[in-house]
Amino acid sequence: MQLVLEKRAERSTTIALVSPLIAIGLTIVTMSILFAILGKNPILALGVYFIDPLTDSYSLQEIAVKATPLVMIGIGLSLCYLANVWNIGAEGQFLIGAVAGSWLAVKTQGTGAGYWVMPAMLLLGAVAGALYALIPAICKVRFGASEILTSLMLVYVADLFLDYLVRGPWRDPAGFNFPTTAEFDPVATVPVLIEGGRLHLGAIIALLVVAAATVLLGKTIKGFEIRVVGAAPRAARFGGFNSDQLILLTFAMSGALAGLAGIIEVAGPVGHLQPGISPGYGFTAIIVAFLGRLNPIGILIAGLFLALTFIGGEQAQIAMKIPLDVTKVFQGILLFYVLACDSLILYRFRLIFPSPKVSSGTA
Amino acid sequence: MLDPTPSSQHTPLLQTIGLTKRYGTFLANDSIDIDIWPRQIHALLGENGAGKSTLVKTIYGLVQPSDGEMRWQGEKMVLSGPSEARSRGIGMVFQHFSLFDNLTVAENVALGLDGKESFKDMSARLEEVSNVYGLPLDPKREVWQLSVGERQRIEIVRALMQNPKFLILDEPTAVLTPQEADQLFVVLERLKAEGRAVLYISHKLEEVKRLCDTATILRGGKKISTCNPQQETAASLARMMVGADIKEVKAAAGRKITVPRLVVNDLCLEPDDPHGVRLQHISLELMGGEILGIAGVAGNGQDELFAALSGERLAQDPGTVIFDGHAAGHLTITERRRLGAAFVPEERLGHGTAPRMKLSENALLTGHAASGMVQHGFVNTAATLSTVDRATETFDVRKAKRDPEAASLSGGNLQKFIVGREILRNPAVLVVSQPTWGVDAGAAAVIRQALLDLAASGAAVLVTSQDLDELAEITDRIAVMFHGHLSEPLPTADANREKLGLLMGGSSLTQKETAHAVGA
Repeated sequence: MQLVLEKRAERSTTIALVSPLIAIGLTIVTMSILFAILGKNPILALGVYFIDPLTDSYSLQEIAVKATPLVMIGIGLSLCYLANVWNIGAEGQFLIGAVAGSWLAVKTQGTGAGYWVMPAMLLLGAVAGALYALIPAICKVRFGASEILTSLMLVYVADLFLDYLVRGPWRDPAGFNFPTTAEFDPVATVPVLIEGGRLHLGAIIALLVVAAATVLLGKTIKGFEIRVVGAAPRAARFGGFNSDQLILLTFAMSGALAGLAGIIEVAGPVGHLQPGISPGYGFTAIIVAFLGRLNPIGILIAGLFLALTFIGGEQAQIAMKIPLDVTKVFQGILLFYVLACDSLILYRFRLIFPSPKVSSGTA
Repeated sequence: MLDPTPSSQHTPLLQTIGLTKRYGTFLANDSIDIDIWPRQIHALLGENGAGKSTLVKTIYGLVQPSDGEMRWQGEKMVLSGPSEARSRGIGMVFQHFSLFDNLTVAENVALGLDGKESFKDMSARLEEVSNVYGLPLDPKREVWQLSVGERQRIEIVRALMQNPKFLILDEPTAVLTPQEADQLFVVLERLKAEGRAVLYISHKLEEVKRLCDTATILRGGKKISTCNPQQETAASLARMMVGADIKEVKAAAGRKITVPRLVVNDLCLEPDDPHGVRLQHISLELMGGEILGIAGVAGNGQDELFAALSGERLAQDPGTVIFDGHAAGHLTITERRRLGAAFVPEERLGHGTAPRMKLSENALLTGHAASGMVQHGFVNTAATLSTVDRATETFDVRKAKRDPEAASLSGGNLQKFIVGREILRNPAVLVVSQPTWGVDAGAAAVIRQALLDLAASGAAVLVTSQDLDELAEITDRIAVMFHGHLSEPLPTADANREKLGLLMGGSSLTQKETAHAVGA
């Protein structure tokens, strides 16, 4: 008996929808085993992870807050991945966006500047993210350098640059030597939606980004171009689409969205610039993009789900003393299963029973 | 050369009994019975998708049958894979060669043999076998330097070195000049005389009538008949293959040759990749209302010429390519389409269409340049769908639903869609490469008729094809491509197979005496 992968005649739409769910199921099974090995009751642990955060309004808001950057970055990354361009450095673009926007906040601190500050900060963040993302894109187009390596390496450049700024020039003089800027002025802050809550304007912006991406990919020639360059590069060239331009464009768009997410995070929930503003949003968003099947609506759902794992992870640490790193393990396993289950869209499993072998006869 | 086994007079060498191969619910082979006898050249005829490839892959051990059995010299045979097939004495020469361009002939042969002999012994045997059969090969040359015919020789010699009792050849003459094909037939006759059996896949009926003593015809996965091709006419064989009479292609009467619509002036282009062909001083002038054919063995620069005409590769000098009086050598493919040019590449999936995208999206692929499909950056889905519907109706594209993925269509139907998509844009110039390659006879007739009708409406049509019969059927003039050069076009009426064959082999018509020396 033999288990083989057999190619399907046409891609299966059912599996395309179901495969993320299969992946989540397999991840939960794997996690249960992991919890058991750690000596925790798997049922209780899964409850703390996935059910408890959904039961109080604080956690629900917190999920939306965490999902906001994940969805925005994930949408940008999906544009790259659809075009078969591999931006792995969204984390760096996120940090640079945060730094660029914060520059304005720091410079206008206490000057009584008007309400233009916050929108200008968002714009700066997006532009800086786009420019930062164009570095690996230009290296790829011009020199053929692997964008996977260059974009990833630039994450650490951005991380250390931010670190330098908040320990040096931008450090809050009244901050007891902590590496942080002063709290931003109210005009340099993204407003909250509900008085006293944590949900902020960024969530609305994220929803607008989802809507815009849906229109872009589904209705416009540019969206078609992105999809066809990724799906069939030679046919795209025959169609007259220039893949070099598209590499620059998708990198710039995903960098802009990551940068925007970065400055919103700093000017919103955090309120000042400091190291560690991101628990790895730029990397987790890679999982969000794939779990969401590179589809804007799917990415919205996947972003909320991954945000749940962040919140659940924190609660599990408090309630059951499960290390926070288990959340990262969870996300890694999930990405692994998502990619593995994707093969089922084009292939199916089949068992083959060979007929009993006959002696070789005359040769 | 072979020891005749005593039983060989009464039992077939190979017998398939009720051989069936199922892919999901699709029956690629439906209960096929074939007997292959020693000293037989057995033709396997059928259209694309009739199940020929599946059947020979099963016999060669590449595919496991779902049902039925094979008998080898009277005994039941279950093959674990091609190496077992080879060890029993079954050899195969594939249509698509599996050769490494950067290795020498001898190295390629060594890679394909399961043997334990030393490289030196193997090389010596290679030279011996190739000389005995009149298939001269230099073992030390690297494959990329060789012509397609020579590459096929490597594959044949590699198969013969295993001393097979039974050799399968998959469309061997598709890539050969007529003269090269004649040389191959001599080899096959010799194999037959030695007591071997040959299974010969083809859809060239004249060839089969000339060479084969038995023919088995497949259609839609089923065996239709086994007959003696010499007692059939080409028309009766074709009817069995297609299951219906094929429509005659008719040129419209009173076709007017008008002004030049495509002019190529001294086009030279270095190849992109190191093993590509350099285009050298190509010039041609194509009139409205005219169909010009470009013949030639594959790999002589046809792909490079297509890329230069379509704008997938740009020429330095704008004046080298002129559409309707507009210098276009420097223009992109989109700009050339706006000048009224249309293009159909050889490769349907992955070049002409994005395989996993819908037909409407594939209509947009080439239609976005110059039609109402895009307004202010937004795609007009109604317009793309209507192109699909019109192509479906005008060119009889058969598909399971209104707007399926391109890859789900059969080769013939997809090609009808691609040609239709371009013709519906009323192009001034249509450049088409291998219009009916791997397409069933019915679809081929529809496509050829469409090209004739397009020319009759005043467009200029440039057809690159390896099928000389096709060129003879639809073109007004034929030029031949060899090593990146394009010959002077001959009027189709004067271009007989011999003349074209010589040009395809690289000799000019004025020096016929040296033809064989150059061609070899």
